[in-house]
Amino acid sequence: MEKAKKTLVIGVIGADVHAVGNQILYHAFTDAGFNVINLGVMVSQEEFIAAAIETNADAIIVSSLYGQGELDCRGLREKCDEAGLENILLYVGGNIVIGKQPFDEVEKRFKAMGFDRSFPPGTPPEVDIEALKEDLHVED
Amino acid sequence: MNPVLLIDFGSTYTKVTAVDLDAPRLLGTSNSYTTVQTDINNGLAAALEKLEQTTGRLDFSARYACSSAAGGLRMLASGLVPELTAEAAKTASLGAGAKVLKTYAFKLNEDDAEEIKRLDPDIFLLCGGTDGGNTETVIHNAKVLAYVGGNYPIIYAGNRNASRECARILEGREVHIVENVMPAFGKLNIEPTQKQIRDVFLARIVQAKGLTEASELISGIMMPTPSAVMAAMKLLAEGTKTQTGIGDLVAVDVGGATTDIYSVCEGLPDDPRTSLKGLPEPYIKRTVEGDIGMRYSIRGIVDAAGLERIAKIAGVSEDQATETIDLFATKTDTLPFDATSQAVDEALASMAVRVAVKRHAGRLEELFGLGGLKLVQSGKNLVNVDKLIVTGGSLIHTEHTGRIASYGFYDGEEDPESLRPKQADVLVDRKYIIAAMGLLSEHHPDAALKIMKQELVKDDTAK
Repeated sequence: MEKAKKTLVIGVIGADVHAVGNQILYHAFTDAGFNVINLGVMVSQEEFIAAAIETNADAIIVSSLYGQGELDCRGLREKCDEAGLENILLYVGGNIVIGKQPFDEVEKRFKAMGFDRSFPPGTPPEVDIEALKEDLHVED
Repeated sequence: MNPVLLIDFGSTYTKVTAVDLDAPRLLGTSNSYTTVQTDINNGLAAALEKLEQTTGRLDFSARYACSSAAGGLRMLASGLVPELTAEAAKTASLGAGAKVLKTYAFKLNEDDAEEIKRLDPDIFLLCGGTDGGNTETVIHNAKVLAYVGGNYPIIYAGNRNASRECARILEGREVHIVENVMPAFGKLNIEPTQKQIRDVFLARIVQAKGLTEASELISGIMMPTPSAVMAAMKLLAEGTKTQTGIGDLVAVDVGGATTDIYSVCEGLPDDPRTSLKGLPEPYIKRTVEGDIGMRYSIRGIVDAAGLERIAKIAGVSEDQATETIDLFATKTDTLPFDATSQAVDEALASMAVRVAVKRHAGRLEELFGLGGLKLVQSGKNLVNVDKLIVTGGSLIHTEHTGRIASYGFYDGEEDPESLRPKQADVLVDRKYIIAAMGLLSEHHPDAALKIMKQELVKDDTAK
């Protein structure tokens, strides 16, 4: 029997309407063998959580391209805990903060907010996929 | 002449409608007060006798019936996330003509277990998880149902990966496994559940509700009354092979305890750039407002609309309005008896229509972000629907039906995001035949449509 695919919930958080990167990630993750629930653009924290609960997702991958990511992502980990998604993997990526800030500091702040990994602008999908496979213990 | 009898067994009235299939035309309608305690045949016999006093003796070639007796088809439903599988379960049940007593989300607890035992539904619809998704909650809920016990059938329409396990947990109970109401995230699949609800209704509920004695006289098709109304509205909108329908429509049924709204239309956005939020909407949608009704739920209308507004519409003082409302609430069989009570009744009906249509209709939000203006629609877009069908005692026994119904229309600045019909022809079910025509439509759609076109009359008093 085919090994059960890992389920990812992806989407662009907040009032952000950038749809191109979201589509690229959707195809890249699907091709890499994941079961991808794509919520598209302008997704609220609650929508990420609702989708993850029903689909029993293994990870939530949040994109933010308009610089408001830090505000939009605040409290997501706590809400996941509240909703019973205690161990779900949380990733964030894109132009997640305003201006040019050293990414290791940004990463640290998002780590403190409960995100397992953060990815800077221009990260190729392959990098995310590698990380997902490692964190979700997926063997090639 | 080829007369056919249509019967609606209600909780308090048995209504009969006779039609001639040859013409086709309506021969007459009548009703008789009945209670579930008394033999249901007595009510039918009395109603028939009354009918034949006006039509003369009729030799019916067929008799079809629907029923909302004994509280209607009482259902409980459970899902996982409130806006997702729990909502899908509720939508499926309402669309099958059920009275949904309560919808549960997440894991059932001990309080829920007690409540379920107390409510003792006719059917429990168990859902939760997309296929391949969460199984934990639906399995937990199956265990709670097994623990609670009872004789009602359980329809399982949850995650297919847990169906067999839930059936084992519920061994000894009548369990029907159907396709998931939400097989994939955001995908609605309610027809298999609705078909199963109807099968259970036919096989079991009809008997349990004491309708078997009457069924000897009946050629068939028992369905819950709201299903008959839905069938009629679908036929009226779509037409038949040989007759055109009237197109997209919204129907409003203001009752004593609830207000039911039906819409038959796709309800998609006008502007193709609009993004959609929430579950996909069914083409034929039924919603039931349990707190909006002209007698038993009169307080809900006052809560939703405000006493001040009701008094103002009625043109009476707030004290006068309160007095009338108290009377209607305590003596629920009171009909309007003077100018004041008539005016208050109409004001209440106006607000019932407004609140219920508003809740049924979708909303369009305008969001300004860095990418400019973005339109987001949730629910159904009814703005362009140009036919509003109205029924229910308070609306059909008044000359001001159009004015009352117009409160269902979009009202601009008062609620700019609401996607209610902008302007519509108001068609009135003066003789209360819609459910009967839904029944007739099962075998004789052309006759049913012709009669509806004759009998649903346009009211031009809309403001």
